[in-house]
Amino acid sequence: MQTPTTGTADLERRLRRREGLRRALTYLFLSIWAVVVLFPFYWMLLTSLKSYGAYNSEHLPVFFTLHPTLENYANAFTAVPLGGYLLNTLIFSLLTTGAMVVTTTLAAYAFARLCFRGKNLLFGLFLSMMMIPTELVVITNFVTITNLDLRNSFAGLVLPSITSVFYTYLLKENFEQVPDELYRAAKVDGTSDFKYLWKVMIPICRPTLVTITILKLIECWNSYVWPRLITDDPAYYLVSNGIQEIRENGFGRENIPAMMAAVVVISVPLILLFLAFRKKIMEGVSRGGTKG
Amino acid sequence: MIDRNNKKAWLYLLPALLLMAAFLFYPLIDVLIYSVEECYNFASQSYQGVGLYNFSYVLHDPYFLQAVENTFLLVIITVPVSTGLALLIATALSSIQKLRELYQTIYFLPYVTNTLAVGLVFMVLFQRTEYTDGLINLMLGLFGAGPIDFINGPHWAKMFVLCFYTVWVVLPFKILVLTSALASVDQTYYKAARVDGTSRTRIFFRITLPLISPMIVYLVITGFIGAFKAYSDAVALFGTDLNAAGMNTIVGYVYDMLYGDSGGYPSYASAAAVILFVIVLTITCINLLVTRRRVRT
Repeated sequence: MQTPTTGTADLERRLRRREGLRRALTYLFLSIWAVVVLFPFYWMLLTSLKSYGAYNSEHLPVFFTLHPTLENYANAFTAVPLGGYLLNTLIFSLLTTGAMVVTTTLAAYAFARLCFRGKNLLFGLFLSMMMIPTELVVITNFVTITNLDLRNSFAGLVLPSITSVFYTYLLKENFEQVPDELYRAAKVDGTSDFKYLWKVMIPICRPTLVTITILKLIECWNSYVWPRLITDDPAYYLVSNGIQEIRENGFGRENIPAMMAAVVVISVPLILLFLAFRKKIMEGVSRGGTKG
Repeated sequence: MIDRNNKKAWLYLLPALLLMAAFLFYPLIDVLIYSVEECYNFASQSYQGVGLYNFSYVLHDPYFLQAVENTFLLVIITVPVSTGLALLIATALSSIQKLRELYQTIYFLPYVTNTLAVGLVFMVLFQRTEYTDGLINLMLGLFGAGPIDFINGPHWAKMFVLCFYTVWVVLPFKILVLTSALASVDQTYYKAARVDGTSRTRIFFRITLPLISPMIVYLVITGFIGAFKAYSDAVALFGTDLNAAGMNTIVGYVYDMLYGDSGGYPSYASAAAVILFVIVLTITCINLLVTRRRVRT
């Protein structure tokens, strides 16, 4: 016969076991998805370390390699101009991001702090531009850049990629949080607007500026459509186009290990950037980035 | 003083406005003009008439219809699957303490990868060549399913890979948004429910889901828009000649019309782009109307 106390203890134990089972299942599920996410990364690293001969003699894929080799990496930099693609992408990303930060900061400051006629109307118009998909404007931009004879040049690549309505909006919101008293005090002291922006606003809003810089860098590093339209000279290819070129005419279709070495080289800078600024990037994206 | 301020403000705005006018506002008008100019010749930049011929051409083009079919399939499959999966993962994530950061970091990785580059890895995993059946087919073999060429094989298999890759790519954003939505739910609701002895499923459907539903609506709408604009994922898997692979998307059709081996027809490209814009706008409006009515009742 059971006493009431052992009954509740029994129930408690059963409940705890059920709780444990639930927890175990949760972790199992999360781990399975983690494997799905990580596996492609593992596979590209693994394949890039296999030699060409070893890879092609595997009729059944092997999950590890006993003879890792770096020859594919050497190949990726010598047989195709991967280094050039990387340099182009770096130049493109830095120019675009730099220009974007400067223009959006100036515009956001005007919207947040200065008074001028038609400000609200203009800002409304500005925001409505957010709804316009790039696909719609890319056609005319392609024609414009072609007519300006800017194809296969950094100017042609960078110019249409600079504007960002969303980041202007984000910065303006942030600028508006800086108390008005600071501005008035600065004005009394005879500080110019530009100096105020440079010495007060930018330092205060640095976190947001860093976030939009990183997000724009990621966007630039991954951009594919516009560079593809505007460059057909491999000397101006960015990594996305470079990898497509490698796939179609590079090492020869069958040299998968060399291709994977190129993929690793392209992926590593962004992954390092992400690991360094993990918190900032995730916070910025959850505030309203989309994978565009 | 006011006047001086006025001028100064415009000076600050000038770079941004110039760029926007040239590369956003003017093209928007121009694309509408292009789309109604008939028989536009790119070399001489002349056209013969104004009308709706471009639209009719595009709507009768089998490649366009194929692209529309593919795009709709992609939207209908990936939006519910990715949103549901993201909800499941986010709920699981918010129920654990240990290792949570690690899992979150791992799940976010696809967001910071180059779509074109990682697409190649997926191609390698799914492809069947004369040397090897590929890893996925090895796994399928364990379950007794025959080898399928997912990259150059039947249409449904290619569609499956494209959907799988799309879900893999879009999940990080959705998981992130839903995890922060779940974290912002007021804990007192849960405490009250637990005191009442409410079951977990009931708590989820009666408390959690209604409270985060605005975020889900947001994700569904952005998901719809994003999936309608799918393009680089398909290029990553099947190469640039998507028409030949039968895997083109609407955006891919626009670019193919504009540029490349089949390019040189900005009018057709514009017409297709306008059609895409109308489709996206309509579906967004329907989405908003439906959800607003739901929320009201």
